[in-house]
Amino acid sequence: MAEITVNGEPLALDRVSPHTTALDFLRDRGLTGAKEGCAEGECGACCVLVARPPADGSPGTEWTSINACLVGAASLCDQEVVTAEGLGTPSDLHPVQRELADRGGSQCGYCTPGFACSMAAEYYRSDRASAASTNGTHGENGFDLHALSGNLCRCTGYRPIRDAAYALASPDPGDPLAVRRTAPPPSPRPVRLEGDGAAFVRPRDLSVALALLSDHESVPVAGATDLGVEINLRGSRPGLMVAVDRLDELRDLRWTGDELHIGAALTLTEVERRLAGSLPVFDELFWQFASRPIRNGATIGGNLGTGSPIGDTPPVLLALGADLVLVSLDGERRVPLADYFTGYRASVRRRGELIKEVVVPLPVAPVTAFHKIAKRRYDDISSVAAAYALDVQDGVVRAARIGLGGVAATPIRALETETALTGQPWNQDTVDEAAVVLASSGTPIDDQRSSARYRAEMLGQSLRRLFAETSEGVRA
Amino acid sequence: MSELSQRPAGGVVGETMPHESAALHVTGRAIYTDDLTPRTKGVLHAWPVQSPHAHARVTGLRTDAAYDEPGVVRVLTADDVPGTNDSGTKSDEPLFPTEVMHHGQAVCWVLAETLEAARRGAGRVEVDYEPLPALVTIRDAIAAASFQGVLPGAGRGDVEEALARAAHVFEGETEMAGQEHFYLETQASLAEVDDGGQVFVQSSTQHPTETQEIVAHVLGLSSHAVTVQCLRMGGGFGGKEMQANAYAAIAALGATLSGRPVRVRLNRTQDFTMTGKRHGFHATWRVGFDDDGHLLALDATLTSDGGWSLDLSEPVLARAICHIDNAYWIPDVRVHGRVAKTHKTSQTAFRGFGGPQGMLVIEDILGRCAPLLGIDPLTLRRRNFYAEGQETPYGQPVRHAERAGVAWDQVLTTADVSRRSEEIAEFNATHEHTKRALAMTPVKFGISFNLTAFNQAGALVHVYKDGSVLINHGGTEMGQGLHTKMLQVAATSLGVPLSKVRLAPTRTDKVPNTSATAASSGSDLNGAAIKNACEQICSRLAEVDAGRGLEWETLVREAYFARVPLFAAGYYRTEGLHWDAGVFRGTPFKYFAYGVAAAEVEVDGFTGAYRTLRVDIVHDVGDSLSPLVDLGQIEGGFVQGVGWLTLEDLRWDDSDGEHRGRLTTQAASTYKLPSFSEMPEDFRVAMLEQAHEDGAVYGSKAVGEPPLMLAFSVREALRQACAAFGPAGTSVHLPSPATPEAVYWALDAARRVAATREPAEA
Repeated sequence: MAEITVNGEPLALDRVSPHTTALDFLRDRGLTGAKEGCAEGECGACCVLVARPPADGSPGTEWTSINACLVGAASLCDQEVVTAEGLGTPSDLHPVQRELADRGGSQCGYCTPGFACSMAAEYYRSDRASAASTNGTHGENGFDLHALSGNLCRCTGYRPIRDAAYALASPDPGDPLAVRRTAPPPSPRPVRLEGDGAAFVRPRDLSVALALLSDHESVPVAGATDLGVEINLRGSRPGLMVAVDRLDELRDLRWTGDELHIGAALTLTEVERRLAGSLPVFDELFWQFASRPIRNGATIGGNLGTGSPIGDTPPVLLALGADLVLVSLDGERRVPLADYFTGYRASVRRRGELIKEVVVPLPVAPVTAFHKIAKRRYDDISSVAAAYALDVQDGVVRAARIGLGGVAATPIRALETETALTGQPWNQDTVDEAAVVLASSGTPIDDQRSSARYRAEMLGQSLRRLFAETSEGVRA
Repeated sequence: MSELSQRPAGGVVGETMPHESAALHVTGRAIYTDDLTPRTKGVLHAWPVQSPHAHARVTGLRTDAAYDEPGVVRVLTADDVPGTNDSGTKSDEPLFPTEVMHHGQAVCWVLAETLEAARRGAGRVEVDYEPLPALVTIRDAIAAASFQGVLPGAGRGDVEEALARAAHVFEGETEMAGQEHFYLETQASLAEVDDGGQVFVQSSTQHPTETQEIVAHVLGLSSHAVTVQCLRMGGGFGGKEMQANAYAAIAALGATLSGRPVRVRLNRTQDFTMTGKRHGFHATWRVGFDDDGHLLALDATLTSDGGWSLDLSEPVLARAICHIDNAYWIPDVRVHGRVAKTHKTSQTAFRGFGGPQGMLVIEDILGRCAPLLGIDPLTLRRRNFYAEGQETPYGQPVRHAERAGVAWDQVLTTADVSRRSEEIAEFNATHEHTKRALAMTPVKFGISFNLTAFNQAGALVHVYKDGSVLINHGGTEMGQGLHTKMLQVAATSLGVPLSKVRLAPTRTDKVPNTSATAASSGSDLNGAAIKNACEQICSRLAEVDAGRGLEWETLVREAYFARVPLFAAGYYRTEGLHWDAGVFRGTPFKYFAYGVAAAEVEVDGFTGAYRTLRVDIVHDVGDSLSPLVDLGQIEGGFVQGVGWLTLEDLRWDDSDGEHRGRLTTQAASTYKLPSFSEMPEDFRVAMLEQAHEDGAVYGSKAVGEPPLMLAFSVREALRQACAAFGPAGTSVHLPSPATPEAVYWALDAARRVAATREPAEA
């Protein structure tokens, strides 16, 4: 029988609609610790822990915090979930719960169970004590504050929560959740769940998935970080959801001599951990890409597959000159990312076709950067984003690729600016002239995130900032 | 020291302890209103049919198709209301409107077996609208002279004469946005009707008594037929002072008609588009200074954006007018106020209740005028502080005026302001693209409800035969730690260990006729009422004890057998208050809470993005009842204020297109509240010492609202950092909220002043 193991107890998935979120599933069964605060994976009140393979590809299990409001209950079939109720009890608090409680980390308490889960995930991260964060926001215990970037608190102002996180020791050797890390997580089994005239299918392999995806009512689903929002807030009720997130064929990351291949179903967290800092521009990207719980679910293929003009990976991948490998029952084809997007949330990808992998040519240009303009530093959607890959040799720009997001119906290359830079000396005059060209890229709009004028201005400023940051003697 | 404020030795009041529900919070076991739904059998779910127009006449409503949707049980419309079709307190909020007054307003509600069925059913309801012209912005309303409610004015002296003799006169406009409460728990109610027809509503409400009254009003019942309970709230911040009532009424109406429990829980989008927010304000002002920078006169007109109905707009405006002075002595003052009527959600209470909006005006004036006067902002602010013996413009003596200065001087020292200011100047001189600034601002905030009658409270204390104690009081718990403090007060008053005392959820059948848990007054009022009840019991027990010094349990047992009542109803009313709303004069506040903050920010000249590097606060909480709770209120209020002033950006569609009046920031993805990235990187909070408050329970002071306004320090620091991109003396006009975009344009304007070398207001 289909079931989810929650806090060590099997809970049957019978009479569950394929559109029922994991959050509603848990709450309907009386596990009301996880809350709905926003229903779009922004606030983290719904966060729970799932046993997953370690993001860095090592053996064992990693406790991973995800947004239960986004993923379908069906997608957790056979998986192990731990909620705040399962971490500890009032008379036997878990260490993260103890620290949160004693330090005033909860006021109204509504966001707290989600915080406890996100904090516990970082508490159990096996390389926590030895790993530094990417931009200096971590405690002496190695706790990376970005682990909590997807959790909002309206009461405390966060300081006591940070102090609680930074006070955590290492798990006791006998801690059952720590012990659990040493064995692999449950492997995903093929499953088909039906209800409300719809179905959720976890296919056995890629070929089954591709066959199902030729159905006109089908949608592929991985972390559901986009689809979940469509279901929760916009009433989308797809007839057939085909889970592609655990297909081995889509989960490979490998280096060939002159290319990096990134499997489309790898989550952003997995890509981050497996690249392990080897491509610095990705490290500028990842911490700014939504939040940790979202990155734990969202896949790199999904970020491209939705075709959003404000996705964060496309500018970087455009600047790196990446290709996509698309796969269908008819075979594979390779498409430059620059040719992939055709319009607002539209692409050359056909029905029945999936993104299999992203291919980045190597070596990467010596000067790379990713600039994201948003209202909030953590977990915000960009107003505009710009990524650069410049080959600067002996003070001259030999080649330039610039990817932009948020200035048109699709992510675009700033081709005119690239031309304006190429062959020119990398100096203030060149930059000032090219910045004017860059500021006129695309057709930015006025919306609630920012004005069109600011978007255009930020493009030019971005190039000036890049120059300031890369030039000796120029103070930032 | 008064009897009320005196502390016995050895009491737990004043001890640092975690929130009373902390262990339940962190383990996910604390129950909130909607957590009752899966624990209740046979619940029906409600979904609203929302207007797609900001202003329209409803010319037709057909519900038949909704019933074709499987699971739909009932569509609630105006015809179903047995009492009065109105959920406001001013008779201006029809529950089922015939004229919709804002985009997203509920026209009717669908009840169904599942939320999904209710949603589908709502999609089948057919509504005909005749669109009408809509006023969306506050400027639209001012231009159309669309106002509502009374038009108060306050003043002292002769403003025109004072402005005429002032050495420096400036005038300007200040506009500030509102703020979404974004309590993590959206509005929620669950209603049931028992065999005797008693309506029991569990509601996430800050004002159970008013929720009870509105439910009774809508159902045509007496108050004694309705009981409202609030277990706890997942945040309130003023957003559940009145806004909960309509949803409780819908749940109660549905339960009455269906005979089944009915749950109303708004999802985030519904909460954004249906419930009121902090009022945005527009102000015009003229201000006069002497050559030394002393404020001489202020003439201001404040217009608040009230939205479609009055709600609490009048008292919010009154508090704004009463706080336009902040901590500053202004000899001659004239302030006019008015509430604009616009086709938006009905704006309502929000932490500070107009106080922040009033204070922002004077802080904006000082921040803009300091460079024009050639006076350092720190000096300008400090020079204008009240002195003991001076009165506010509405005639209340400013008691403990010196505390603002004491806190200011303490921050100057502990925050090492002069050394850091020099370092900042050095940093700015050597960094072209990044500028820093440090600003300090004070807070003086009046404590008590402006309306004197609300300043009363009740409590019910039971001592059981085994010596255990159960307390009830009229206040609600929304995370502010009120119940924690009340437990400490009760244990101290009775002289028993904290473990002897339990606190039961707030219910209208335990303590009647309560005031909203609002105006920061929860501890002052309910704490004093609990103390009063405990003292009644203690004095009875003292007679039984007759000096023998019996153990508590023995004494209680003896008292029972001696037929001495072991329970008491406590009551408190704040003495010494009077307020004449007609002439806007009196002593509306029991006391003032003071605080000072110093904030240092760093602004990126490429983008306008910024970080708050360090914040130092000294805040006056009197003698703290519960230091960890108070610290949480100070820090949390501050960051919430920073959110309002810098980040949170409510946008309505003010185009003439088909979505005119629609809130375009109606989700957490488009409306950003502070996250870890907005937390001050170095955050140091101290409580003012020797701050005993003689007029309040155990010498404490209210703390819920005042710290929010310490966040002006961040806004002023941002202004000064923007100015640092220009030549010395640049006056910066900074919009509110000061988003990165707003900061960018402000610093870019300052830079252009530098380029043209013409000193002018940027």
